[in-house]
Amino acid sequence: MTRNALQATINVVAGLLFGVGLTISGMIDPKKVKDFLDFAAIPTGGWDPSLAFVMGGAVIVAFFFYRFAGARPVAADRYHPATYTRIDARLLGGAAVFGIGWGLSGLCPGPAIADLAIVPGDVILFIAAMAAGSWATGLFLAWQRRRELPLGNAPAE
Amino acid sequence: MENFSPISALIGGALIGLSAGLLWIINGRIAGIAGILGNVVPVRENEVGWRLVFLAALAIGAGLAWHLGPAIAPSLAIVTPTQSTPLGLLVIAGLLVGIGTRLSNGCTSGHGVCGLARLSPRSLAAVLTFMLLGVVTVTVVRHLI
Repeated sequence: MTRNALQATINVVAGLLFGVGLTISGMIDPKKVKDFLDFAAIPTGGWDPSLAFVMGGAVIVAFFFYRFAGARPVAADRYHPATYTRIDARLLGGAAVFGIGWGLSGLCPGPAIADLAIVPGDVILFIAAMAAGSWATGLFLAWQRRRELPLGNAPAE
Repeated sequence: MENFSPISALIGGALIGLSAGLLWIINGRIAGIAGILGNVVPVRENEVGWRLVFLAALAIGAGLAWHLGPAIAPSLAIVTPTQSTPLGLLVIAGLLVGIGTRLSNGCTSGHGVCGLARLSPRSLAAVLTFMLLGVVTVTVVRHLI
């Protein structure tokens, strides 16, 4: 198998595994996600801790891959790690805005894409709004970099 | 805690971790869905195709597991998604998720799975922040309004 064919195969396999994992874990269900975020329901027994087990299982397995990764990827020239590494107002503000949207809908990007194949309907509008928000923010960030007028902490990418 | 499904959660989570691990050690890419989706829009050559294929495979994998799962593995707790958010609010939520994940360069998978697995302090800060705001939002919507 050529390197490009291996890369294309792994891309499909990883996508399939991710989707199967989302369905088996129950994270495709916005109600289940909201039931996790509902800490106020702990005293009445309505809390669902499943999400913590999903994240825990995923992190433990991925940890070993990252820990023992070779100097170069098996089928690519180089790794593409995150390039923006500071903890600043943009990171925390962005995560806060994401958290509000996540709590309102019970949806984050992966499960939204998964739900397209399971219960297509309103979720399409969510994905369109999400893509529009991401695209507009990308344009804004690019404009800000060009103008060299950083808001608060200068973002560098 | 009648809906708590620890075994299905761990198995599903492990598959997500396996996906992220393979994509890193073989293709050198981070399995962050917001990043993969966000970078589909500004078209750059050689950078778009793999992302679209990954997202399509994700949807197909989720759909197949949902349709075939109950017959193949009846002991797994496979749920049907239920969305109760009013349409207007769902669109606002989508915008917030798009804006927020772009600003913070990651979502539940990019920061929550890949970042934490790489022991990134930045991702830990992001995860604690979006978890906190998610809990506050659900508390306000379900118990205070």
